[in-house]
Amino acid sequence: MSRIASRFAALAKVGRKALIPYVTAGDPNPDVTVPLMHAMVAAGADLIELGVPFSDPMADGPVIQAACERALKHHVSLRKVLEMVKQFRSQDKDTPVILMGYLNPVEVMGYATFAQAAKDAGVDGLLTVDLPPEEAGGLLDELKKAGIDPIFLLSPNTSDERVRKIAAVASGFLYYVSFKGVTGANRLDVGAVATKLNAIRKLTDIPVGVGFGIRDAQSAADVSAFADAVVVGSALVKRIAELAEQPANINASLCEVLTAMRQAMDAQQRAVASR
Amino acid sequence: MATNPALKPASWNDLPDANGHFGPYGGRFVAETLMEPIEELRVAYERMRNDAGFIAELDRDLAQYVGRPSPLYHAERWSAKLGGAQIYLKREDLNHTGAHKINNTMGQGLLARHMGKTRVIGETGAGQHGVATATVAARLGMECVIYMGAEDIKRQAINVYRMRLLGATVVSVESGSKTLKDALNEAMRDWVTNIDNTFYIIGTVAGPHPYPAMVRDFQAIIGREARTQILDQAGRLPDALIACVGGGSNAIGLFHPFLDDADVKMYGVEGGGDGIASGHHAAPLSAGTPGVLHGNRTYLMEDADGQIIETHSISAGLDYPGVGPEHAWLKDTGRASYVAITDTEALDGFHSLTRIEGIIPALESSHALAYAMKLAPTMNKDQIIIVNLSGRGDKDIHTVAAHEGITV
Repeated sequence: MSRIASRFAALAKVGRKALIPYVTAGDPNPDVTVPLMHAMVAAGADLIELGVPFSDPMADGPVIQAACERALKHHVSLRKVLEMVKQFRSQDKDTPVILMGYLNPVEVMGYATFAQAAKDAGVDGLLTVDLPPEEAGGLLDELKKAGIDPIFLLSPNTSDERVRKIAAVASGFLYYVSFKGVTGANRLDVGAVATKLNAIRKLTDIPVGVGFGIRDAQSAADVSAFADAVVVGSALVKRIAELAEQPANINASLCEVLTAMRQAMDAQQRAVASR
Repeated sequence: MATNPALKPASWNDLPDANGHFGPYGGRFVAETLMEPIEELRVAYERMRNDAGFIAELDRDLAQYVGRPSPLYHAERWSAKLGGAQIYLKREDLNHTGAHKINNTMGQGLLARHMGKTRVIGETGAGQHGVATATVAARLGMECVIYMGAEDIKRQAINVYRMRLLGATVVSVESGSKTLKDALNEAMRDWVTNIDNTFYIIGTVAGPHPYPAMVRDFQAIIGREARTQILDQAGRLPDALIACVGGGSNAIGLFHPFLDDADVKMYGVEGGGDGIASGHHAAPLSAGTPGVLHGNRTYLMEDADGQIIETHSISAGLDYPGVGPEHAWLKDTGRASYVAITDTEALDGFHSLTRIEGIIPALESSHALAYAMKLAPTMNKDQIIIVNLSGRGDKDIHTVAAHEGITV
């Protein structure tokens, strides 16, 4: 069982929902990232999504675009991101790390080279937002050989037929995009997400995480009522942007958000359990 | 260059395949939320391209609104001066709005209306596609938003005002390099946010399937007319076709109806900027490598880490780090050749045509003209070249003047 699958299984056993923070690797500078990853785990993160900076992040809003630009000023390449994961993994053998980004850096490195290097670094999953399963064949084969989970997106307009098709090639978890739009927008409709998640669960047993639009403890708790995992990105990256000139304060600021989310999500689960 | 027979399809009209692939290029590399709308678009386009009513409606607008057919003009004085092949110019500069871009925006605009969309968006570099989109939106009574890089807005103030006069909202894009590629990113973000009522009119033969095929089909009227016209005027097919290539829509429009004519050579001319060796250029086919950007796999200007790098060309319309996937495949198969022309050479082409034929060409088209100046003298006087004069040069007067230290 992969590190991601074991983590979800262990959480399900104790009735806890996964909290998955996203940060862009190397934002605002490469020295910040690994200590931040450890701090986020200490604050209650169950998995970590590490963004691979890309020059043209089409699916992202202005907050994560700016994060990519800050990281790219320091020439944070996919290879450097893998080095960061390796460094993180030397001290944390348990927390799954998922790389999230766009296909081109992986394409240019070469699928086989990437998969082997990612495995060696201790990467557990890969989410390439601009790679639907229809185009993923060659990469899927290499990821499978390396034991890396391919994470795919589902969205509000994904048909039942496509959910089945995507679930057939995905593993680890499925990432449900809570609205039609880009990251960081304020358009979360919890009721609509709940309805769609119910429909998705009838089609697959793979855990489903929800991301896009989760900005505070309340929205994290609301979504955790029916999702297996809650992904928070722009709300954290916004704080990094504000502290770009005082990087020493970043860990504390992000942990404050994550601790509040963790507490609210756990309280939500206790409330369900006691019903 | 000889066509590689192993790679040649039975007919070039068979491409792309059902998933939008031209060999390894093209495809659909978009986030999940866009998969449904591009499939909806594919289905609608497949229906309409075979619908007699839609075709008649488009043909009527192309004739009466755009002003087609555009003339094929034998540039006799220029041909004589160059001392080789006879050069014919396909006069896309005479279309309404002054370039080939409206062939495509007219088609996509009508398709948008048939799909019940009330809002169109587009990206633009030099502003020509933005103007052509805003024009069609005005003509069809649709809301229009155009994304344009902040740098390009500074360089192309007249086209920005033109779009605003036509009723479009022009949004300044401040991210990344603040040029065309960033405008395209921003248009994609708008589209994914507003897919229920919005149609994205992509301006070139790039993007996810079906855009490269659809834009090609709308632009192929250039080559269909040129083929009929040259048979009529010269009694035979041309020996060579030349067109400039940014994204590549005017080139594919001219080339495509001739692809199965094996004896017709084709040359796509990229923006060579300060020269390929300088690294300051916009020539992914001449000096780039394959990768994935803006929904398709194609040749890109990228670094060793897969980051897209900034391009340079005197012509804003060629200043794009990617190229349509069909061109990538035409290059690999050897069916077309791709060359680069520098800024300086393009300016020579601009002045030469202006002074000898009394036609002021766009700087984009001047790249094709400059290559004709190299190729024609190597050919015989009874041979024929068709150059796509894709746009008129009025928009570039200030750029040319500034380059020569003149304030207009």
